[in-house]
Amino acid sequence: MKRYGPITAVNGLDLEVPEGTCVGLLGPNGAGKSTTMRLLTAQSIANEGELEVLGFRLPGESKAARAQCGVVPQLDNLDVTLTVEQNLLVFTHLYRIGRADRRDAIERALKMANLVDRRDTKVNKLSGGMRRRLLIARGLVHRPRLVLLDEPTVGLDPQVRQELWALIDALRAEGTTILMSTHYIEEAQRLADTVLIMSHGSAVASGPPAELVFEHAGREVLEVYGPPARLAEVEAEAGAAGLQTRRTGTSVSILGVDRNGYRAEGERRPANLEDVFVLLTGEEIE
Amino acid sequence: MSVSTAPHRLGRLERPAITGVLVREVVNFSSFWRSSTFSSTVEPTIYLLAFGFGFGSLVSRVGGFSYVEFVGTGIVATAVLFSSAFPAMFGTFVKYQFQRTYDAILAAPVDTEELVTAEALWIATRTGVYGCVPMVVAIAFGLDPSWGMLLVPFIAWISGYGWANFGIMVAGFASSFENFNYIVSAVLTPLFLVAGTFFPISNLPHWAQILAEFNPLHQCVVLVRHAVFGFHDWTDIYRVGFLVGFGLAMWRIAIYAMERKLID
Repeated sequence: MKRYGPITAVNGLDLEVPEGTCVGLLGPNGAGKSTTMRLLTAQSIANEGELEVLGFRLPGESKAARAQCGVVPQLDNLDVTLTVEQNLLVFTHLYRIGRADRRDAIERALKMANLVDRRDTKVNKLSGGMRRRLLIARGLVHRPRLVLLDEPTVGLDPQVRQELWALIDALRAEGTTILMSTHYIEEAQRLADTVLIMSHGSAVASGPPAELVFEHAGREVLEVYGPPARLAEVEAEAGAAGLQTRRTGTSVSILGVDRNGYRAEGERRPANLEDVFVLLTGEEIE
Repeated sequence: MSVSTAPHRLGRLERPAITGVLVREVVNFSSFWRSSTFSSTVEPTIYLLAFGFGFGSLVSRVGGFSYVEFVGTGIVATAVLFSSAFPAMFGTFVKYQFQRTYDAILAAPVDTEELVTAEALWIATRTGVYGCVPMVVAIAFGLDPSWGMLLVPFIAWISGYGWANFGIMVAGFASSFENFNYIVSAVLTPLFLVAGTFFPISNLPHWAQILAEFNPLHQCVVLVRHAVFGFHDWTDIYRVGFLVGFGLAMWRIAIYAMERKLID
């Protein structure tokens, strides 16, 4: 548990990241995702509860844990007047890579971030996407056993986001253990083996994305469009039939219609993680 | 989260951690050494020239020295202050608040204690060099070189270490840039003026003289003069001890302030 005065940021969160998997913390802003990340690097100290990272107990043994973790922060904190290569060089020292291995580590990171021909470019001359790739490569320069990605694609345009997803997916394929926080449903659905839905500092559900969807929203959702009065009627009817609904702007989505055999005029579409998220948290998400 | 590897603690104040932070500073310095060198050396040199020519034409001898000898040595303390306390205050605040550099460093196997220590060591080392610049300029204006001058970088280093930590401490306690104004006006300016740099404190009221003994800048001024013109007696040892004590006390308080700021 982590409190800031009267505000409880993280409360009774049970989080386990099995080795070699990618766990996604999905939640809106203020759900406690970033606080969770800070707790894991002991930049924030829990008021209650136990934390263990890679077998090290926090906060006492956090330094040993941090040596084997790679952290990619949400806010870009690269040294902007330094070149791409200098930024990586600094982190080979901070992560205690031996002199003999430093060159290789930097080359590998440059390749991974696809910045080999930008090695001598100063960071303030890079595009947003390149900066984010460098930020990720910097956190991986020492081949960490666990990678903490805090909102890896926040604020980037869709094309750059896809590019970063490919990069993260490649890491996953190599068997790197990843804990990622995100408030993009699609990101969690695509990249995470297990999704943990967070709301107000607690986990409200967790499991593989497809299972979560099936369990909570069924296979198909019926989306009914109409004027507000009609939508209210549909909600009442569905409720009477024992189905859960959620408002999606100009329509009502009726969840789990395939299980119930409920019929109404509307468009059927596959259920998705967003349905689950809204159903469980009562909160809309981007 | 997951098991394996026998848990063990890494020690405190580890060399690799301190080296890592120092490497970052040195690499960064390569990109801004010009402006930093300029501000740390030109301002004290201007003081030297202004007072040297201005006062120097009015007074020929002060406390047994020619005025250029008096100011040319005392000015080291001014250069020390300008190249340690000020960059430490502003640099720490910028790295914490705007660049979020410290978030990145503390996510690596570096603790706040190591971070503060490394930052202070780096600033002290720069101060050891910058502190001497106006004295070297004074040589061109009639200050006689002496072997004792070779000790001045060390005196500047020790003083700089204390003032660097002082600056980090201020940044650690400050909630905004504006807070620095109080420290500069109420603490640094008075200490800087009654350090015995531009006029001897022996002409001040008795109570002010006693207070000046607790001013690390005054101790620095006296030590530099004694190093250049000849050490006196055991009181110089006391003065070195005072500066070391100042450095150690500021170091611990700076760590405390930054831990409060960086770890929540």
